[in-house]
Amino acid sequence: MTDLATPPNAGTPDAEPKAMIQLQGVGKTYPGSTVPAVADLDLHIPVGEILVLVGPSGCGKSTTLRLINRMIEPTSGRIIFDGEDVTTVNPDMLRRRIGYVIQQIGLFPHQTIAQNIATVPKLLGWDKKRIAARVDELLEMTGLDPNQFRDRYPKELSGGQAQRVGVARALGGDPEVLLMDEPFGAIDPITRDRLQNEFLRLQGDLKKTIVFVTHDIDEAIKMGDRIAILGEQSVIRQFDTPERILAYPVDDFVADFIGAGSTLKGLNFERVRDLQLADDWPIISVDTSREDAQRLYDASPEKWMLVLDSEQRPIRWVNDHHLADPGTPLDRAGAVVNAKVMPNATLHDALEEMLLSNAGQAVVVDEKGRCQGILDIERLADVLKRLRSQAKKHYEALAVQEAADLANGSGAGH
Amino acid sequence: MSTPVQDTDALGSEAAMNLDDVRAVNDAYPDHELSDELSTYRLPPGFRLIKTNIGLFITPLIVLIGGAALYFYVQSADKIFQDERALDWNRNLKPQLEQHLSITMWATLFTIVMAVPLGVLLTRPRYKRAGAPILAVATSGQAIPAFGLLVLAFAWLGRGPWTTIWALSLFTLLPVLRNTMVGLEQVDRSVIEAGRGMGLTKRQALRHIELPLAVPVILAGVRTALVITVGMAALAFLIGGGGLGETISAGLKLSRDLVLITGAVMTALVALTVDWIAALIEKTLRPSGL
Repeated sequence: MTDLATPPNAGTPDAEPKAMIQLQGVGKTYPGSTVPAVADLDLHIPVGEILVLVGPSGCGKSTTLRLINRMIEPTSGRIIFDGEDVTTVNPDMLRRRIGYVIQQIGLFPHQTIAQNIATVPKLLGWDKKRIAARVDELLEMTGLDPNQFRDRYPKELSGGQAQRVGVARALGGDPEVLLMDEPFGAIDPITRDRLQNEFLRLQGDLKKTIVFVTHDIDEAIKMGDRIAILGEQSVIRQFDTPERILAYPVDDFVADFIGAGSTLKGLNFERVRDLQLADDWPIISVDTSREDAQRLYDASPEKWMLVLDSEQRPIRWVNDHHLADPGTPLDRAGAVVNAKVMPNATLHDALEEMLLSNAGQAVVVDEKGRCQGILDIERLADVLKRLRSQAKKHYEALAVQEAADLANGSGAGH
Repeated sequence: MSTPVQDTDALGSEAAMNLDDVRAVNDAYPDHELSDELSTYRLPPGFRLIKTNIGLFITPLIVLIGGAALYFYVQSADKIFQDERALDWNRNLKPQLEQHLSITMWATLFTIVMAVPLGVLLTRPRYKRAGAPILAVATSGQAIPAFGLLVLAFAWLGRGPWTTIWALSLFTLLPVLRNTMVGLEQVDRSVIEAGRGMGLTKRQALRHIELPLAVPVILAGVRTALVITVGMAALAFLIGGGGLGETISAGLKLSRDLVLITGAVMTALVALTVDWIAALIEKTLRPSGL
């Protein structure tokens, strides 16, 4: 389904999954204003994924989020929730099915943690036993000991703990959808990072549909299965996986927004094991004779040669100076191998190792420390080139598809 | 005896470490959240009650000492016939005390019944615009001297305690109304937003979030109103409303210091006691956790 309202360069994810929530031409114009705060937004929020809305301050991303649970009533368009048009249903009933987490958390200060978490279950009319069990379950899920925290008041919590309770409370009625408005924005960076990781782990089990608003592109890249980069009036500038957005920002706005170093950030999504390793590096065993070693070295274009011990573990980097010096045994000649990476490391980690190593390349080793191959800068550059060209091809294919759709007159999608 | 808060993040950081997630960079700081952890020490209930409420024990002490001093002063003083008559407990002092208290109680009750709902209404978005003018009227109402207000009420409603009660409840409308509005407006917007976002209706949000959180401020207004009323009730005798003002007036007319002092000290002791009871109520009704 393609929509004319979406700018042609905004892009749509391939193999579109089932949408949990669809916004169809949703807009909000405040009374007394001629300029809409959110203009004609079409958004498909895929089931079981984290969709991050990210954009500069004042672009309307929070407004967009609040349009979904109708904390702000849209002035145009339709909201489809799980196949049902909820544009005009009772908003209070709708909100009980949607978890909501805000940056200020907004715990009720006069209620205990247990009472806070029980808010939605109580509204849904659950019995006492079920509510108590649910409260304990949620506290445990968010890493808080129920016995210790159940009867505390919010003022007795640290910022990180309060936000955990905020998430637990939002999950109270077991909603299918969670809306999160800069949930970790007011928390110090170290705690924020930990909460993000724990939240990703939790989401791995829960598989909720989550819409997550942030202004921090790094948080978006980290948290998002998909990212929608929003411009003025919540116009979608690019909607795609973080990998592809980093590899191929569709326009200058997106490129500016993701900022410098996006290529480096993209390396976080690729792992060493998926690479073709360099095969032209000379590798010898520690008991190879000097003549054989010299011959191999001369045959190779590289300036360094890797020495493995009897267990296939890399020990030294040597060059022709070291080979020519018969006084030093090979297991003590040259430079020690300090840049080793495991196959499941990201290319970002690998690059860091390579930059730190004295030889300029990293040795890939398995769990037992045995050499699997060598990773050098050229391989890394190849990967980046490949990522970029893949993303570019994807967008070119999309453009062709859209042109074809337009030519067939089916471009409007309905 | 005391239970310091323990490291609650031990579990969380362990989980993060188990996570096969190379983006995790935080494991180097497993104890970070401890630093901003609030250390709450719990004292045994009785001890805590006394320690945190030490101020509440001073007022009854003053009242008791003052009452005893007055009693012995009156007992030991030389009394003429008029003194005996004016200070007769069953004939004068007791009914006047009761009247004084009942005027105070009813006036305050009417004030609350009028001002709190009005305050709630004037903080709702629909009626918000009416707030400023109504508050202005209430303010100018309080600018009228109480004496003048009593006389105006008398001219309109005639003699009797109910005239006093109505006049006083109008007079003390302002502190309760203003505190109700301020109390509701100072409730953290994000708390209401979170509640509404979870599906509380407007009415539920008012009942379960806004009003409980405004209670301390509203009660402070009520306490102010009580103290004003108890003092003003001493003027009720002017329009036939009774109260301890009768004894003060008798003392003035007879030029008898003993009677005058008895009336004045009793009024003061009643005011202190009422204020103390109000403080107790304030303490009890204040939601825990604030």
